[in-house]
Formats: sequence, C-alpha cells, structure tokens
Amino acid sequence: MIEILIQAAQIFLVVALAPLVTGWVRLVKARLQGRIGASPFQPYRDLYRLLQQEAVVAHSASQLFRAAPYVTFSAVWLAAVLIPTFTTDLVLAPAADLIALVALLGVARFWTALAGMDVGTAFGGLGASREMLIASLAEPAMLMVTFSLSLLSGSTAPSQIIAFVLSGSVGIEVSMGLALAALVMVAVAENGRIPIDNPSTHLELTMVHEAMVLEYSGRHLALMEAAGMVRLTLFLALIGGLFAPWGIAQAGAGVTAMAVGLGAFLAKSFALASALAVFETGIAKMRVFRYADFLGGALLLGLLATIFLYVSEAV
Amino acid sequence: MLIVASLSVLVLLSALAVVAGSREITHRLVHAGCAAASLGLLVAGLTHLGIGPGGSPSIVLPLGLPWMAAHFRLDNLSALFMVVVDLAAVAASIYGIGYCRHLPEVRRVTPFFPLFLFGMNAVLLADDAFMFLVAWEFMSLASWLMVLSDHKSAENRHAAVIYLIMAAFGTFCLLTSFGLMAGAGGTYTFAAMRQAELATIPAFLVVLTAVLGAGSKAGLVPLHVWLPLAHPAAPSHVSALMSGVMTKVALYGLIRILFDLHGDVPWEWGAALMVIGGASAVLGVLYALFQDDLKRLLAYSTVENVGVAVIGLGLGIAFKDAGEPALAALALVGGLYHIVNHSVFKTLLFLAAGAVISATGERRLSGLGGLLNRMPWTGTAALIGAAAISALPPLNGFVSEWLILQALFKGPGLPHWAMKFGVPVVGAMLALAGALAATCFVRAYGIAFLGRPRSLAAARADLHPTPASMRWTMAALALLCILLGAIPVTVTDALSAVVQPMTGLHFAVSADLGWPWLSPVSSTRGSYSGTMLVMVGTALFAIAVVLAHGLGTRRVRRADAWDCGHREDIPETQYTGQSFSQPLRRVFGTSVFLARETVEMPEPGERSPARLSVRMIDPVWVWLYDPIARAVNFIADRVNRMQFLTVRGYLLMMFSTLVFMLLVVAWRQQP
Repeated sequence: MIEILIQAAQIFLVVALAPLVTGWVRLVKARLQGRIGASPFQPYRDLYRLLQQEAVVAHSASQLFRAAPYVTFSAVWLAAVLIPTFTTDLVLAPAADLIALVALLGVARFWTALAGMDVGTAFGGLGASREMLIASLAEPAMLMVTFSLSLLSGSTAPSQIIAFVLSGSVGIEVSMGLALAALVMVAVAENGRIPIDNPSTHLELTMVHEAMVLEYSGRHLALMEAAGMVRLTLFLALIGGLFAPWGIAQAGAGVTAMAVGLGAFLAKSFALASALAVFETGIAKMRVFRYADFLGGALLLGLLATIFLYVSEAV
Repeated sequence: MLIVASLSVLVLLSALAVVAGSREITHRLVHAGCAAASLGLLVAGLTHLGIGPGGSPSIVLPLGLPWMAAHFRLDNLSALFMVVVDLAAVAASIYGIGYCRHLPEVRRVTPFFPLFLFGMNAVLLADDAFMFLVAWEFMSLASWLMVLSDHKSAENRHAAVIYLIMAAFGTFCLLTSFGLMAGAGGTYTFAAMRQAELATIPAFLVVLTAVLGAGSKAGLVPLHVWLPLAHPAAPSHVSALMSGVMTKVALYGLIRILFDLHGDVPWEWGAALMVIGGASAVLGVLYALFQDDLKRLLAYSTVENVGVAVIGLGLGIAFKDAGEPALAALALVGGLYHIVNHSVFKTLLFLAAGAVISATGERRLSGLGGLLNRMPWTGTAALIGAAAISALPPLNGFVSEWLILQALFKGPGLPHWAMKFGVPVVGAMLALAGALAATCFVRAYGIAFLGRPRSLAAARADLHPTPASMRWTMAALALLCILLGAIPVTVTDALSAVVQPMTGLHFAVSADLGWPWLSPVSSTRGSYSGTMLVMVGTALFAIAVVLAHGLGTRRVRRADAWDCGHREDIPETQYTGQSFSQPLRRVFGTSVFLARETVEMPEPGERSPARLSVRMIDPVWVWLYDPIARAVNFIADRVNRMQFLTVRGYLLMMFSTLVFMLLVVAWRQQP
C-alpha cells in the first residue's frame, strides 16, 4: 500500500514541480542578463491562461493534430513517472529501463514532429526535419551512455545504477566522466536549449521546437509547453540521480529518509537548473549544420566511455 | 494432414487460374482460396507451437527424382516460420480479393500467387536438400514472374533481369553449401547432414556459401541490390509478401544451416554476421531516407530490418560458441522476435502503400499529402505501422530491439578482444539505425499522409473508397502490431521453445519477475513491460484529458493556418521529402553517397528558373557491381570467339578436355 502511495506521489510531484523548475531557469537567466525577470511561478499562470483560451485548429489539420498534444504530454509524463527522483523504490520502475525511457521520449518526439507536418506549412516541416536530425544523433548517444553505465553497474535500470554508485564500489572512473559529458550534451539537445535551439526565440529561421508547435494554441499549446517542462525536469533528475545520487531514499527507507530524499532532489534540481541558466547565458546558439559536430561528439564520447572500460581493465 | 491438404489446394488453385480464364470472379476466387489454404497452414503452425516441443512429425512422399523420395518434416523452427509466412499470406490474400481489380495485368499475377505461397511453405517443410532447393526455386521463379507482370515498363524489366541474376547466384551458392554438407556419399537428407562431421575447409565453405546464398535472398548488404528494384515492381500485395515474408524464408534457410545442419559455427562467423547486419541496418535506412518512391523506401527499410535480425543471429552464434547458452538464447529470441514483428508491420505498410496507389495512382511522395483526412482507415493503420517500425513503445518493434540491445550490452563479456571492442561499435550502429528509422518514417508518413495534398490525384483520394477487404486486413495487422507489443512475454515464451534445440537450454526471458515483465538474465539487470506501459500510459492519458478539459475550456475553432502570418494557399510551399531529408543528406550523404548539390542561378534579368540539383551515387553499384559487370562482359567477349570455331577446332577442344580430365583423375587416384 505504502509503495503505491509513494508512486502516486511521484506521479504528481513531477508534474507539479516542472513549471517551477522552468520558471527558475528563466529567473536565473534574467538576473544574469541584468533583468529583474518574472516570478518563478509565472509558468503556472501562463499554463492556466492557455487552458482558458479556445484552441484554434487549421482547416487542413487532421485528427492527429488534435491528439498529438495529449499523446506527447502523457508519453513524457510516463517517462518521468518511472525514473527515481526522491526514492529508488517505485512500484512501476521495472516497467521501463533506460533504453525504454529513451524510447518513450522518442514517442513524444514522433508525435510532435508529425503534428508539425500536419497543417502543411513550411515552418512545421522545417521544425520537424531539424528535430529529427537532432534526434537521430542524440538518441544513439544516449544509448551509448546507457551501454557504458550498464557495463559498469551490470544493469540498465536507473534504480540499480544508482544503488551501484551509492555502494561506493565505483572509484573515479574515466568512463563515468565521459558518460556524464555525453549525457549533458544529449540533455541540452533533447530539451532544445542553447546552443542547439533557443527556447525563447521567435525568429523563424532559428526555430526548431517552436516551429513544430507554431500552429498550436489554447489547451493544445499548454500541453505541449507542459510536456517540455516535464522533460527538462526529467533530465535534471536523471543527471542528478545517476551521477550524484547522494541523499536519495532506497528500498525500505522510512519517512525521514524520504523527506531527506525529497530535499536532496529539490536541491539538486534547482542547482542543476541554475547551472543550465549560467551555461545558456555564457554561449551562443550554433548554426544548424554544426549540430552534427556537437551531437557526433556526444556519440563519440558515449562510445569512448564504453571502450575505456576495457582499456582501464587491461592496463 | 491439414498441411498436405492446404498445399494441394494451392497447387490446384494455380491450375484453376490458368484454366478458368480472366474473368474477375476467377481472380477473386483464387485469392479467397489462397486465404483459406494459408489459414489452414497458419492453424497447423500455431497448433504445433501451442502443443510445445513434443514431436516433429515427418512424412516421406514418392515425389521428385526416381531414386530419391521427398522428405518433409515439421519442427518448432519450421512451425514458427510457417506462422510468420502464412499470417502475412492470409492478410495479403484477403487484401488481394479487393485489390486485384485495380491491377493492370491481373492475369499475369493470379496463377503465380498460389505457387509463390506453395513454394515458401514447401521450403520451410523440406527435410532434404533436393526438395529445399526445388521449393526455393518455386518461390524465386513465381515471384520473378509477378515482378515481371507489368512488363511494359522498362524499369520493371530491368528489375526482373537483376532479380533473376541474383536469384540464380543465391541458388548456386546454396547448392554448393548443401553439396559440401552431403559429402562424397551424396546423402541429401537433412538427418544425414546433421550427423556428418566436416573438415575445417569444407566447414568454412559451407557457412560462407550459406551466408552468400541466403543473404542474397534476404537482402544483406552488399547483396541487396536487386531487392529495392524487384520488390516495388510487383503488385503491392505481392511486394508485401516478398518484402515481409520471402526475406524471412531466406533467414530461415540461414538459421537452418547455421544452427541445425552445420551445428557448431565458430564465433568469427558470429562477428562477421554482426558486422554485415550492422552495415545492412545503417546503409538500408540511409538509402530509405533519400527515396521519393514510397514502395522503394519500404523495400530499403526491409534491408535495414533484416540487418537488425541478423545482428541478433550473429550475436547468438558468438555467445553459443563462448559457452553462454542463456545469452545466446536471449539474442536469438530477440532476432526471431524481430523477424515476426517485421513480417507484420512491413506487410501492413506495403498493403497501405497499395491502398494509396490504388486510390491516387501515385507512388511518389512528392505527389501525395493530406491522405489521413481522405483515407482515415488506411491512414490510421499506416500510422500504427510507422510507429511500430520506428521501434516506439509500447508497439512490437520496440520489444525486439530492446531484447537485441540487452543481449548486445552483455556482448563485451565475450572472451575475445575483437568482440569486446566490436560489440559497442555494432551497438552504436544499431542505435543509429533505430533513430534514423524513426526519422525515415516520420518523413514518409508526414509527407504522404499529413499536410496538404501535393497533387490533384491526392486531393481526390476520397473519391476512390478502399474496398472493405483491404480495410479490414490493414486494421487486423495494425491490431496485431499493438498486441505483439503489449503482451511480449507470451511471445517470448513461445520463441524460447523454438530456440531451445538450437542452444540446448530452456530459457525463459521472463524467468525472474513473472508474467508481464520481461527480465532477461536477472531482475536487477533491467526489465521492460509493455503491458504495464500500456495500462499506466492509458491512465495518464485519461488524466491529461480530464485535467486539460476540467481546468480550461473545451472550445475549438477552425480557422486558416497561421504560419507566422504568411497567408498563402500554395501547397508547394510545404516541405517535401527532399527538403525534409536535406539536413541528413548533408550529414551522411556527402560521405556515403558522395552527394553533391549544384545551384544554377540565372543572370539578373534572365527569365529562366533557378535550379537546385542533387547528384548522389550508389556506392555498392559503383565500387562492386559495375566492375563485376565490366569483367563479365570482357570475358564474354573473349569467350564469344569459341562459337565460331571449325569442326576441327571443336574436336581438338573436346580431345584436350578429355585428356585434362583423365590427368586429374589419375592424380586424385594416387595414394
């Protein structure tokens, strides 16, 4: 019974927290740029406002266009429900390992890209084409990160990897460092952050994600935006959980450990969100055709992380 | 009994089609009969798998050569492939009932369709090399005749010639392989071949010729060249069977030889198969990404999927040789699962392409668009097929890729250094192929079914409603894609019974956590449950709908597309297939296909249009086949002179040949 309650808490925690994390990134960025910035709670108000507005659908759109926001949001939500945030002891966690989590994010991308092409405008196709270019390099990189972590810890399940890291049997590994670098690069790309994509741009030629959801309005847009927020929270939880799992509650932990885990999760999320804001303020967006260099680099780092495991073993 | 009856029905139907002439009712009857016969075979296969690894009934019929009876046998492996073949065959036959009236040359298709089905099933049941090869040729030639059915197009004739050459090459290789296994005694039954002990060099040659022979039929790189030409040239329900099922019969031949008849293949062959599979997967999907022809795109994607399955088989060989039967079983279950899955969704996608072609008369992506609104049944079924082939959970394509990846992740545990370093590279190739496949099918589906119509024919697609028989088969196959993904454990349990004789170990992929959880090796190793994902995902979807509607408004207004304020009604401004894949062409095309873009800009003031042209070469043709073709022509020119010798010249040649042969015999006779 208690496990089900914990799982239910996780289901609502990720959705409730996601807009705040995004608001926090925006606030830190504004401060760094010398602006006062909106309250970190502004995304909640934005989403509520969008929900109140009627949805405008183009004449040429099909039913897929109307279903896509719901599918996208629930796929990202499902992925976020299954990863350890404050505890590794989740009832549903065995339903998907890291490979399946990557694929669930792929489901969301598949539907968003198709929705972008559905209305039949030039911008929608442009966004879908670029998004799939990014994905076709980022997804293999993510799988190579999974590969090296699974070789190191003997499992592809996030909870098992975390238990392994916490057990202290891993020293300072070159592979862990390379995998972390690759995962961060993938996270930047998957969330459409600078230098791959600019989440706050509305200049047509630089848009990727925004171009795909250009035709959305009202509750459809709210769901698409919320999906993006949950995805960001998910990646922060993943990076914080896999590479700095300290504080997270393990199986059979009591209420105090849960509270500590929750505190640690919040602290890590906001620290990583601040780091993201600093990173985004520091660098410029790159040209579309440089994506391949960036993400190819991530793929290579993932592959090296795997191969270095043997080099270090053999030496 | 059911099997013999069904096979005889197929042969009789073929005869009926020849005799009964060309009225429409004949074609419909023949296709309906094929559906019934394949259903019989499907039931027979399923029953055999359901009963479990009990017996393997065999039968000896007085057919074929006078001194040699024909042996047939049904074991678990044959039964599994019979299910794969006949499931697609039932679907394609029922589809054919409605589809055949749209065909331009249906008279040239109907008589060969039952023979094609007969050939494929007979290959699976054959228990001696002679019957195997005869059935293999039935399969090849019947499909070749159907490729040639629309013989007025020069393109199809070209495809048929290439197909015939490659089919002949494949059969020649298999003949050599079986010949070597039969040994000097010439015992052609499979039972005798299993007993035979092979020396090192013949054993190597057996595997090499088997890989070449079966690989050319399955479409492994670089022997795939005929496949994207021949598969699309046939009528769509035949293309579906050629791509979805005939390639699987070829893989059956490979599995039968490597795991059953030959038995112990060294790990180097596993490594070689993994490299070939990885190359096929990546190259196949890259080719597919740049195609404009819908059916050719699907055919190239077959090359990719066969590559994925072969990675699983190669890994199985490597694990088996290293003494890891549980992991070998995992890899093989993954490979076989992918074979089952691919036959379902590739058949579905080819049937959907057929429905699109019969409604619009257009198979170029650049002439399609907006079909989901006009053909909702076909569009929805194709969407499920596209998602399944892109390996998206909770559909079936993901489960098999997951199993193969799980096995690959254990690959570095193999004792050989080549494998330790090679497996991660193959893993990266598999991951890349999977991600590119998703891109490929977002492109194909998005361009063909979404957006605004790019031609008048596409805009009027709703004027040609799809016949019920076609709609229902597509719906059933789409449902199967969902089902095979949502209850993976039931499928893997059936597959482990098939794999058991190959690895000698009973292995249940769900051993650790029980029914809906796939947990290979152990529960801490990583697990997956499509069943749970479907249930939880549906619940979250419902919550999302309720939340969005409850907190806000449900109002929807239809309006013109916004498009950043660019109001225009020209469908040509949409992205096309070419523009969609242009970024990827820049990334991969320049190195693999030597793609070059040239822009012709008219001088200012001139009225001629500007032009952007792209030139790509096919590396396999340029580097491999063109030199071979040139060499063959060169030799043929020289040998041609022998046709014009005098009688004296011929006598001299015969005499010298005889002397040469006698010398060889004399040399061999020496102790």
